[in-house]
Order: sequence, then structure tokens, then C-alpha cells
Amino acid sequence: MQQEISKACPDAEQALVRIALSLGEQAEKDGLYRTLIGIHRGGAWAAERLHDKLVASYPQLFSEKIGYLSSAYHRDDYGHNVQRRALSAIVAGKTELPFEVTGANVVLVDDVLYTGRTIRAALNELFDYGRPANVELAVLVDRGGRELPIQADFIGGSIRLGARQAVLLSQNDRKLLSFSIREH
Amino acid sequence: MPHPQLTANGELKHLLTIEGLPKALIHSILDTAKGFLGVNTRDVKKVPLLRGKSVFNLFFENSTRTRTTFEIAATRLSADVVNLNINTSSAAKGESLLDTIDNLVAMHADMFVVRHASSGAPFLIADHVDRTRGPDVHVINAGDGRHAHPTQGLLDMYTIRHFKQDFTQLRVAIVGDVLHSRVARSDIHALTTLGVPELRVIGPLTLLPSGLEQMGCQVYTDMKNGLKDVDVIIMLRLQNERMRGALLPSAQEYFKHYGLTQEKLALAKPDAIVMHPGPMNRGVEIESAVADGPQAVILEQVTFGIAVRMAVMSMLAEVR
Repeated sequence: MQQEISKACPDAEQALVRIALSLGEQAEKDGLYRTLIGIHRGGAWAAERLHDKLVASYPQLFSEKIGYLSSAYHRDDYGHNVQRRALSAIVAGKTELPFEVTGANVVLVDDVLYTGRTIRAALNELFDYGRPANVELAVLVDRGGRELPIQADFIGGSIRLGARQAVLLSQNDRKLLSFSIREH
Repeated sequence: MPHPQLTANGELKHLLTIEGLPKALIHSILDTAKGFLGVNTRDVKKVPLLRGKSVFNLFFENSTRTRTTFEIAATRLSADVVNLNINTSSAAKGESLLDTIDNLVAMHADMFVVRHASSGAPFLIADHVDRTRGPDVHVINAGDGRHAHPTQGLLDMYTIRHFKQDFTQLRVAIVGDVLHSRVARSDIHALTTLGVPELRVIGPLTLLPSGLEQMGCQVYTDMKNGLKDVDVIIMLRLQNERMRGALLPSAQEYFKHYGLTQEKLALAKPDAIVMHPGPMNRGVEIESAVADGPQAVILEQVTFGIAVRMAVMSMLAEVR
């Protein structure tokens, strides 16, 4: 499915609906029992929302349990980043995988797919806990600019941004998600 | 003048003392440690942050416990660890401290964990490697003389924050041989920086240094008044091996007046926690019933200590 590439700020709630639809369709087709794992922090928020939607519609295809991954320990910018973002990611949230990872059909969920480095780090973290049967990737928005051979399986929307722009996810007190674009 | 352990940007490049560390930086170390706590309970108890780095444990004074905790912290961060017990090697052959350091730096050490009987030795080493090697070599003070034991101070702060959350509502008592205790000094600097409004120090006058009031402490010589309504009790080890001259009549006499018994503990708040940096002298500064009782958090301190040391090491190694 070819996604429309836009320069406008993506709608996070619409992206959630699109991913839930395509994930649900795929699950009905292949019958695999999937477990969602969110990457802290934005991906964790998105995974929780997707989990609510999918478990309600397909209780036999999506696990009641949800996992969380921190990419902090495996980040490749540790010691290379003047803003020290690598260690500050430790504070954002801990890895919690309250199920057997070995043999699981895992869907990693993140908010923004950019260079692919966070996903690489999260995969390393995941494999410290076991050997999943397979791993898929769902992202709310793909902003291009990949530096590693990583692609998403389920995409909520696509956007092209300048190198000095960032797209940030936030969550309100009703757990609704929204994106904003910042210049830095 | 910038603090010798901070970079121009205010980041930690060495950890030498808690004195002068900004409050936000202390909280940032504790927040990072909280993240590392989980690493110690997972199947693969190892993360790759310090992969390829060499950590040298330089213990000019014996301490199996502290050395082991640094070794565990470093190996869980995937560093290679070399333990040097200098008492029995180069120093005995007459090599100077800085010559020892130069030799180890020539072997590409990335970090030194230093325990030394002389106050200030880690500062000397940090200053030397800054001048000779630039920002790539880091020093952690693992206890220098009577001066400082900053990682113990930080793990004590982690423990207090874990059980009591808000420092600004607490009454804390430090009990015992403050005179010889570098732990006490590090705790006092940390607690006052973090905004503890009432910090008490309790001990016999012969074991209390002068100047405690200027450091922000209230001095008590009896447990009955000193422990009344406190939230946190930090017991100190009676440092027999550091005792010169007749500062105390006997260990039994000391226990009678300053040993923490259940009876004395009852003077504190009912939810007060009891801490001890270890190793404990049961029946000298603390009764077994208290040490093993529900208010003791002494073993939690040990667990938190690993995470705090992992946090410090990874924060230092990130700076270059």
C-alpha cells in the first residue's frame, strides 16, 4: 500500500486507526497470535492505545499482555552525543516484558521511524530477553532518512521534514495522542 | 573556579566528593540509577555501555566489599575490570602514586576506582590524569581517608529517596563514630544539598569532630533526645582499626549508650528506616534484633549500591 507523503503535521489518532486496521487484517489472514511491545516513551503510549483497540476487536489474536522496551542500553550515540541523550533515555522508562519472549510473535511499536537506530537498539534489548519467533514493526509516522536497513511493516502515515525539524508525540490526560513539529 | 570533578558544561567527569555537587546533578544520578536497577534482575545481567573500556580498581587500603560492588557494577556494564591491591605490590617496592598511575594509563586504563588511606589522593590522581591525558580518563573516589566516600553517600540518598520520597520533610540522624567516618561527611553534604531541614548527629563528644554546626548539623550526645521523632537513622560502624588512643572506655560501654536497640529505636517515628553502610559490628553499634528487624533497609542499600555505581560509571564514561 503506497502511503501519501505529506509535509503537514500528521494526525496521530488517525495513524492509530490505520495501524489497528491493517494489523487486524493481517492477523485475521495469518492467524498468528501477536504481542505488542512499545518502545519508550512515545511508542509505549501508542502501543497501549493499539493494544486497547486490538484486544477489544480480536481477543483471540492479540495477547492481553503488553511489553515495554528501553533502547537506552544499546544506543549507538552513547559517548558520541553532546546532549547525552543516550543516558537520559534510561530515565524515560524501563524494559518490562511480562511474558515469555522466546517463541513470541512480537510487534514492536514506535512513534516515529527516522534513522532506524532506535529500532536497532530496541531489537538488541529484546534479544537479551529471549528469541522471538518473529518481529514486526509498526510506526505512527515514517519520516524517511534511514541510516540502517530497517523498514516498518505497519505505517500510520509518512512525512518529509528538514534535518533541523523534529516531530514530537505528546499524550493528553485522556491518553489521546497528537504530533507537533518543532524546529531545533 | 570550576569544580575539579565537573566539565566546563557542568557534567560529571570524575566523582571525587559530594561537596559542591549541584542538587539537580545528584537527582540526575539517582534517576539514572533507578533505570539501572532493572538490569540486575533480568536474565542477561549485562548491558553494553562500557564495552571495550578498562576499569582499574586501585585499592591502596583493603576493602573487599566496596571493591566487589564496583567490580560487579563495571562488569554489568560490560567493562573489563582489573583489580590491583597496591598494599602488596608496587607501593611496597617504593613506587610513587603518580608513577603507578602513569604505568596503568600507559596500559590504556579508562577509569580508576581509587580507595586510599590519605584524604585527597583521588583528587591528586584526577588532576594528574586531566593534565596528562585530557578528558578520556575518569576517576571515582571509593573512599579517601576520613574525607569522602561519595558513592556510599549517593546510595544512601537513593535509599532514603526510595523509602521516603521527599527530602524536604525529613528529620535524619547520623549516629556513632562521625570523627573517623568519610561516609558521615558524604551523607551530611548530600543531605544538606538535597534540602533536609533537620539533620542530627549523635555520638560521644570524643567521636564528634568540631565544626558540625557549620556543616548544618544539630549535635546530640545522647540517643534519647537525638532519636526522638526521626524519619531516618544512619548508623555508622565503630571504626576500631582507625581508633588511636583511648577515645572510648570499651565496646560494651559504647553499646550501652549508643548501640541501636529496639528500645531506642522506639523513640524514632514508627515508620523510621534504619541504615548502615556495613560491615556491621553486631552488639557494638547495632543490636541483632534491629539489624534483622522490619525497619532495617541495610540489604536494600547493598542492592541499590550496585545500580548507583553503574549510574556513576556510565555517566562519567559518557563525557569526553
